Amino acid sequence: MTLFTRGIILASVLALAACTNPDRFDSAGAGGAGGAGGAGGIGAPGSASDPRSPLYFQQTIGDRVLFQVDQSSITPEYQTVLDGQAQWLMTNTDYVAIIEGHADEQGTREYNLALGARRANAVQEYLVSRGVAPNRLRVISYGKERPIELCSDEACYSQNRRAVTVISAGLSS
Amino acid sequence: MMTRVLTLLAALLVFAMPAAAQTGGPLRIEITEGVIEPLPFANPDFVAENAAAAELARQIARVVSEDLTGTGLFREIPASAFISQITSFNSPVQFSDWRAINAQALISGAVSVGGDGSVSVKFRLYDVFAGQELGDGLQFNGTQAGWRRIAHKVADAVYSRITGEGGYFDSRVVYVAEAGTKDDRRKRLAIMDYDGANVQYLTDSNAIVLAPRFSPNGDRILYTSYESGFPRIYVMDVASVGRRALPTLEGDMSFAPRFAPDGNTVVYSLTTGGNTDIYRMDITSGAATRLTSTPAIETAPSFSPDGSRIVFESDRSGSQQLYIMGANGGEPQRISFGQGRYGTPVWSPRGDLIAFTKQSKGRFHIGVMRTDGSEERLLTASFLDEGPTWSPNGRVIMFTRETQGATGSASLYSVDISGRNLKQIRTEGGASDPAWSPLQR
Repeated sequence: MTLFTRGIILASVLALAACTNPDRFDSAGAGGAGGAGGAGGIGAPGSASDPRSPLYFQQTIGDRVLFQVDQSSITPEYQTVLDGQAQWLMTNTDYVAIIEGHADEQGTREYNLALGARRANAVQEYLVSRGVAPNRLRVISYGKERPIELCSDEACYSQNRRAVTVISAGLSS
Repeated sequence: MMTRVLTLLAALLVFAMPAAAQTGGPLRIEITEGVIEPLPFANPDFVAENAAAAELARQIARVVSEDLTGTGLFREIPASAFISQITSFNSPVQFSDWRAINAQALISGAVSVGGDGSVSVKFRLYDVFAGQELGDGLQFNGTQAGWRRIAHKVADAVYSRITGEGGYFDSRVVYVAEAGTKDDRRKRLAIMDYDGANVQYLTDSNAIVLAPRFSPNGDRILYTSYESGFPRIYVMDVASVGRRALPTLEGDMSFAPRFAPDGNTVVYSLTTGGNTDIYRMDITSGAATRLTSTPAIETAPSFSPDGSRIVFESDRSGSQQLYIMGANGGEPQRISFGQGRYGTPVWSPRGDLIAFTKQSKGRFHIGVMRTDGSEERLLTASFLDEGPTWSPNGRVIMFTRETQGATGSASLYSVDISGRNLKQIRTEGGASDPAWSPLQR
């Protein structure tokens, strides 16, 4: 194998790795958790098919809720996602979560910070109502500072109006 | 005897200043509504009074000219048109030579550099057609490193004498310097002269920083940073760059801080349980008082210059609108009623106007209105304009303009309050969230 083709393969592996994590700003938290998971389960330990793995939480259950313009209410579709998140968190009690609220770019900076906080809070309240202990959840808003999709159209905006539940191995205390 | 009154209808101001302020010498710009012809002036290189001053004498005159022409109210006559030269600061001026090229104002200056590196600049302003000086000659002393400030002070004096308004050139702007693509944007706090010169970075780009604001005398900066992992308010000393976080409870988010005119009280937004309200804090004691209490988003507070009232935005009506309340809270009064959403209100340093961001039909505008909400005027329109800040004399507004799409980036623009003279401020890389300092002393 030439150096050149090896380079290509390496590049594709990296690209694949990037794809499995749709929100690159969350990679630190979720990636860190990946190493801690993987005890038992159906699939390969730590993989997206292992129900105890953070990857399963992120990809199979779904780590995010999308919102309508200016709204922070959770539609039935995403209530199902959050039901799955709540169940996972109650099963995997070693994990804690930070819920990150975001807004699209159509709005002033500080208003969007407050709007992102509303969205993150709506998710937190829902998870708590499904039995997750409040002290395992924390919220933060990034407003419009951390878009994942970059175009200036509704196709991108709808992906950016989100609240992402980022799990990590809990503190020992 | 013929008197010639130079009248120039300048467009800087829509909300015309009172007639009483328009008195003065015969050379003047009457700043009223209307299309204007910029006032032609001559500004020969300043006289170098010793060899060490040669370069500065030229540079200082250039910056004075850039300040004046940058307002859109003045037009410089090129040196190639000059009939006579100014070779000595104290020689009589040949007014006929300057009249012949239609220079209505003439600036003459002299620079000397001392052995210790000190700089001394003298200047005179002449009303060419009246054949006399406008105001007395002035002298400014400073350092070689601070030569641009001296130039700005000269330009401020010229601007003030001709317009009757306070100057704004000897001022600074704190802002957020941006680098990287939209999904990997790195932000750091920076400070520069109002014209983009002398940039200094105040933070690194490891944490998001947002929306800085100067203290009333310009010695400190309030801003929001994620350096703790969560958005919190910090206060930074400009001279030492030392900073401290304002006290906040674990789990709460605080942002949108602005100083009160007393320089010790801060109003800001605090988010707890998903709900954002406005609070005030004594930053010496850390004691905080809640000023609004609704389930709506209340943010972007700004004090009136006398400290008695606060304008802010709230979506309590269902969409972002502007409200005014007392400095201690109480029932607010809504002042914005047009179509669309209104945010980021900023009270003018003159007290007469409120600048804001308006979103309407998918466009963003910077606008101004009176403090009772009347006489709304939109000054700009683009894909995304936001976050106005006032020049120290309340005549110019700087703001953020962001371009659309995947390659979108932010830069700083200024516009005068009639909507004229829109221009980009030069910065290295992207820039957002400008806040204008008071005039320096």
